[in-house]
Amino acid sequence: MTQFADITLNGVRLQAWADGSLYWPDGQTLIVSDLHLEKGSSYARRGQMLPPYDSRATLERLDRALTGRAVRRLICLGDSFHDQGAADRLGGDERNALIALTEQVETIWIAGNHDPAPPPDFGGMVVEDLVEGGLVFRHEADTQTGWGEISGHYHPKAGLSAKGRRLSGPCFMEDGRRLIMPAFGSYTGGLSVLDPVYRPLFQTGFRVHITSRHGVLSVSEDRLRQSNRAEAGASARLLRR
Amino acid sequence: MEMLAVDGRGENALLIAPTGGGKTLAGFLPSLIDLAAAPDRNGLHTLYISPLKALAVDIQRNLTTPIEEMDLPIRVETRTGDTPANRRQRQRENPPHILLTTPESLSVLLSQPDSFDLFAGLQRIVVDETHALVGTKRGDQLALCMARLSRIAPDVRRIGLSATVAWPEELKAYIAPDADPGRVTTVNGMQAKQAEVRLLATDESLPWSGHYGLHAVPEIYREIQQAGTAIVFVNTRAQAELLFQALWHANEDALPIALHHGSLDRDQRRKVEAAMADGKLRAVVATASLDLGIDWAAVDLVVQVGPPKGVSRLIQRIGRAGHRLDVPSRAVLVPCNRFEVLECRCAIDGVAENTLDGDPPRPGGLDVLAQHVMTLACAGPIHPGEIFAEITDASPYADLPRDTFDAVLRYVEDGGYALKSYDRWKRLFHKADGTYEVSSPRIAQRHRMNIGTIVEEALLKVRMRGGGTLGEVEEYFANMLEPGDTFLFAGRMLRFEAIKDMAVIATAAQGTAPKVPAYMGGRMPFTTHLSDRVRHTLSDPSTWGGLPDTVREWLRLQQWRSVLPGDDGLLVETFPRNDKEYLVAYSFAGRNAHQTLGMLLTKRMERMGLGPLGFVASDYVIAVWSLKPARDFAALFDEDMLGDDLEAWMEDCSLMKRTFRNVAIVAGLIERRQPGQEKTGRQVTFSSDLIYDVLRRHEPDHILLQATRQDARGGLIDVGRLAEFLTRAKHGIRHRRLDRVSPLAVPILLEVGKESVYGDAEAQLFDDLARDLIDDAMNVDTQGGLPL
Repeated sequence: MTQFADITLNGVRLQAWADGSLYWPDGQTLIVSDLHLEKGSSYARRGQMLPPYDSRATLERLDRALTGRAVRRLICLGDSFHDQGAADRLGGDERNALIALTEQVETIWIAGNHDPAPPPDFGGMVVEDLVEGGLVFRHEADTQTGWGEISGHYHPKAGLSAKGRRLSGPCFMEDGRRLIMPAFGSYTGGLSVLDPVYRPLFQTGFRVHITSRHGVLSVSEDRLRQSNRAEAGASARLLRR
Repeated sequence: MEMLAVDGRGENALLIAPTGGGKTLAGFLPSLIDLAAAPDRNGLHTLYISPLKALAVDIQRNLTTPIEEMDLPIRVETRTGDTPANRRQRQRENPPHILLTTPESLSVLLSQPDSFDLFAGLQRIVVDETHALVGTKRGDQLALCMARLSRIAPDVRRIGLSATVAWPEELKAYIAPDADPGRVTTVNGMQAKQAEVRLLATDESLPWSGHYGLHAVPEIYREIQQAGTAIVFVNTRAQAELLFQALWHANEDALPIALHHGSLDRDQRRKVEAAMADGKLRAVVATASLDLGIDWAAVDLVVQVGPPKGVSRLIQRIGRAGHRLDVPSRAVLVPCNRFEVLECRCAIDGVAENTLDGDPPRPGGLDVLAQHVMTLACAGPIHPGEIFAEITDASPYADLPRDTFDAVLRYVEDGGYALKSYDRWKRLFHKADGTYEVSSPRIAQRHRMNIGTIVEEALLKVRMRGGGTLGEVEEYFANMLEPGDTFLFAGRMLRFEAIKDMAVIATAAQGTAPKVPAYMGGRMPFTTHLSDRVRHTLSDPSTWGGLPDTVREWLRLQQWRSVLPGDDGLLVETFPRNDKEYLVAYSFAGRNAHQTLGMLLTKRMERMGLGPLGFVASDYVIAVWSLKPARDFAALFDEDMLGDDLEAWMEDCSLMKRTFRNVAIVAGLIERRQPGQEKTGRQVTFSSDLIYDVLRRHEPDHILLQATRQDARGGLIDVGRLAEFLTRAKHGIRHRRLDRVSPLAVPILLEVGKESVYGDAEAQLFDDLARDLIDDAMNVDTQGGLPL
């Protein structure tokens, strides 16, 4: 396994990283999607006391993603804030971390369905979508277009069995034409790439790049389906090599 | 009659009797006499709690008949999750004399503010099948509910009904109002005659490996033919499906044989149970779904296919046959492989000596406590000191430290996080008088919908295209299916078509190679007692008389080729095979402890530079394979692996994540999916794994993580048994270096091969591998005769 997988999307070279971020070397741009900041407190408000550490954990991971790579610009593909009140609920440390972040790199907030109007308090620029260098950045994939489209929204995840071990996690999903990003937020669940919802978006198959602590694992749709079938018979455990 | 004497003295009673002894009705006798003497009495008099809804319904029928015949003015009603809302409302306003319910429904009743009025005049609590509840989360919940009932109605008397268990004092403490076993009088019902249990003799030679028992289908069928009515018990749902299918093929007389397991549609199960009660069936293939329940007088034979796992468990299953106390129960055990022969033989001896086994109940779960504290708060303001006194009257929580309770209370209040960021959204409002009350009616309402301690996997209904519902399968299984795949379900071969509206749509299929549902469950380890018996049998050839010839021969070969595992110490064999080094340890610590051991051993071997490649575990042994052979076994099996190594591994293992999810749901951190609000495909919720990761990182001592570790250590990770084993191993590891696989190691190595078995081609491959292994072990290259 490697720390990132090379992807060519509409002729543009990109890197899908194990931490769930996408790096565009020629544009010196880092792309993340669906941060869902303050999701925990959004549930707590309704009486479900999820641990209040999700924003902190997400921002720490984002900070790590920004170091070690030449990043001039950060694009957040929408649903950066879990709801309209999320920004007000951010703790002081997280608020400062976010401001420091936008001072460090040019930040573009793309509007999502959870945050149709991302708060302007933290710096950066808010846009509906962005077209640049053969790429289109938006929150939710558009079935009509597609060439070079990078979006989020669905939180794709995939599972794979190899040698008795099951590896599953959030994943990048792409067919060389369009790409859907995994969710970057700490509490974000996922929707299996085998769900029929994705079918209109990838009519001729797709590849997934599964993210994990150990690295990125790239597989084709066919291989993925095959592996999920073999799983039914698996009984022994094998160690990872 | 003794029941009445005990009750007459105002004592709490524990009635111990085998199933079918009429013990349930005996439990109601004092209530009926009381009620008959006071015909004008209003209000709830007796509460009956059963682990099964179906049992409550059946008891209602059995009680109503004598009540009507004697024309007594007694009203008996049931209340379960199936009771319609209007009847529930009426029951609260105008309660029956006797209410039959489940732990979950009782908890919901106690969350209502009017519970103080409803139970104020309660006289008796009758707990059925107590042995099946004690030591489980449902049992914890019931114990807490009973503590609350005793607080509302201090004079209420408790009657526990139970099968015999290995830990009678703990059982009495559970029934006692203040966890003091001295306050409960045991009443022993009539004992059943000694059961007749035997090992099935098969024509086929015994398989080396395998867990389905299909080799014995002709003999099982013959047993069914000769019996009046039989229950064929198996350990897993997958096995139930396969065996049922095979029996149906063998069913030349077209005997009425049915299938019963927990995944089948409720109506289907009811139909089978009714047909059984009416004597219309000759046999039913069942899982633990029939371990408890309605007595069927007609059952005269129990067939146990696969390992019995424990003597007490076997005695309870056998008790399902022969409901007349003057006729002995008859049972036949069908081992599916050679190790299981030993286990079956030992279990039969255990039954003959009536040595009961099974672990005593573990302390109550903190997640259940958290749920219950919220339940109490929903009923009215709670005072921490009073509630603590109340809950420590329940035996599972009798030893709970006050600071742990306070941490649970803080969790219920606002999540209990060190970072006090949720002050604004507290679920409990701290009043000036020192009590806590629920901060909004909406929170109470949502809590009531989430009451209960059974956490199920996400399930999908299985529906025939254009037809009815057959039952439910786990969602993860459904996700593995591709259109056109075939699988066995509800005794039929089905073809998967699609998932639609939260249901698996299937059509009837033909064919012989189905994909078997890989259900969860049924993987409980065998008891320590049975393990000791198996070890002893292995070590002492004079006890081999009752074993089939093939098994005796197998053991003799082991004696000759290697050595037999002894009563104490640990036998370790190592041998090369296909360019790999194998290590087989005869540890007999049960499947769960072995899984943990496997993870820890391989980690340690990695550090020793041995290049471990994998491991596989059964109840009896564990096999590890690596690039280089292990040499220092004392270091490998050193007890210190339970220190840092265990902690490091537990933190990140999937068992912990699964355990956390269950704890989080019971404690109310994550809500259950409610019917009708299932994810529509586009909406995704959060992942409990990610919450676990975040919590572990930022607050490793959080009360829910403590609860998770407590659960996991006792259950799937089974640290207790692993520790026992390592202590034993310390007193003598015997190592045998062999040039090839030993006869006793063949079964576990065959398990290794199974991992890639799928479809016909792999089945062929598997057969080849199996033959290869067996030849290797049995191949005798000297000219000398076998020491037979």
